[in-house]
Amino acid sequence: MTRFLRLVGRDLRLALRQGSDATIAVMFFVLCVVLFPFGVGPEPNILARIAAGVIWVAALLASLLSLERLFQNDYEDGSLELLSLTTLPMEAVVLAKTLAHWLVTGVPLIVAAPLLAVLLNMSAEGFGILVLTLSVGTPILSLIGSIGAALTLGARRGGVLLSLLILPLYIPVLIFGAGAIDAALNGLTPRPHLLLLGGILAGALPLAPWASAAALRQAVE
Amino acid sequence: MPVFAGSELTCLRGDRLVFTGLDFRIAPGDALVLLGPNGSGKSSLLRLMAGLLKPLRGHLSWDDVPVPEDPDGHRARIHYVGHLDAVKPVLSAAENLAFWATLGGAADPRGNALRALERLGVPHIATVPGRYLSAGQKRRLNLARVLAAPAALWLLDEPTVALDRAAIALFEEIIAEHRAGGGMVAVSTHVDIAMPGARELHLDDFTPVPHDHGEDEDAPHEDDMEGEDAV
Repeated sequence: MTRFLRLVGRDLRLALRQGSDATIAVMFFVLCVVLFPFGVGPEPNILARIAAGVIWVAALLASLLSLERLFQNDYEDGSLELLSLTTLPMEAVVLAKTLAHWLVTGVPLIVAAPLLAVLLNMSAEGFGILVLTLSVGTPILSLIGSIGAALTLGARRGGVLLSLLILPLYIPVLIFGAGAIDAALNGLTPRPHLLLLGGILAGALPLAPWASAAALRQAVE
Repeated sequence: MPVFAGSELTCLRGDRLVFTGLDFRIAPGDALVLLGPNGSGKSSLLRLMAGLLKPLRGHLSWDDVPVPEDPDGHRARIHYVGHLDAVKPVLSAAENLAFWATLGGAADPRGNALRALERLGVPHIATVPGRYLSAGQKRRLNLARVLAAPAALWLLDEPTVALDRAAIALFEEIIAEHRAGGGMVAVSTHVDIAMPGARELHLDDFTPVPHDHGEDEDAPHEDDMEGEDAV
């Protein structure tokens, strides 16, 4: 457990000292959402109607942006090889790196989301549920993304391939994430959507590290 | 006394048979030097010993227990030093080293890291970020890893690359101490490393077809080729 936390700590330290990943993801998120009022026009009712979907799609794309480098640096400098030779199971390595990735790129999105909701004229009762769905949803994005990142390791133009592999898998998360907010805004209960999101998270938590670890073992061979 | 042995090992890289019918045996205090031209499988054999590669045929055993039956135990008793230095540019040398010492199970990673750097003659780089280190300093930092956490078997792939003469002499001493303490070493090298009583393994003896110099490939190069195949 100490070793798991040390790996998380190292990745956080690397991300903070390199500094770019977290800010790029959140800047991209903000810019992406800000583009919509320019595109569809500043009509408050239309913006309020599409707010949940726009914020969620932007969050998907933003989290995809930094996924390519989840294992890339460690793979290229030989660290991944050495990590696979420690007694820490590969699944734990994946989980630690995914957790660090989520803390660096996912959490800033959750913090920025209410601000963007104001910008898109979302009514205030949606804010709580927006933050809640993103809190459950963004870890799923990082977890599913880790599979793609592990599979495309060492491939040329891996980033593009990664998007093609992962975006279809993000669809259920998008449906239930945006659906929960819409339900809350229309006076319905968001509970079923949230439960389904929670179910996806509960499934992804053991399965994604397992699949990624298998792909990484292939990559270091 | 534990003995690390391999028998009838056959290694396939891509669609090329690298070596076949290879046997080796390393007892405590032994050193095994892997010799042979580029592409004869020195790196592949070391990766096989580390468990990074699976042999096509044959098996590895530690103390007569097959290695695949106890993969965690095997990982805990080896140190592998490959071609890549695994140095993070934004972490200081001591931070880099302490991280690996923690994962290697050292009780006092920070102290071990500083002592290991001292032993390799580079205590002054402890606070220097990885990106400012020279190739030789990075190599010393990577070699310091084997001292920062204890392990019985050292697998060293061309450890002297980029090292100056003084560092090689220092490293010879370190290997001698490790062997005197009952440690084992397997090392591939093109440079002479003084290791009294070391056994030599000529890998070209196990190459299945006469070696074709037209297809001279080094192990990392093969990795690149595989990466391209994967696309």
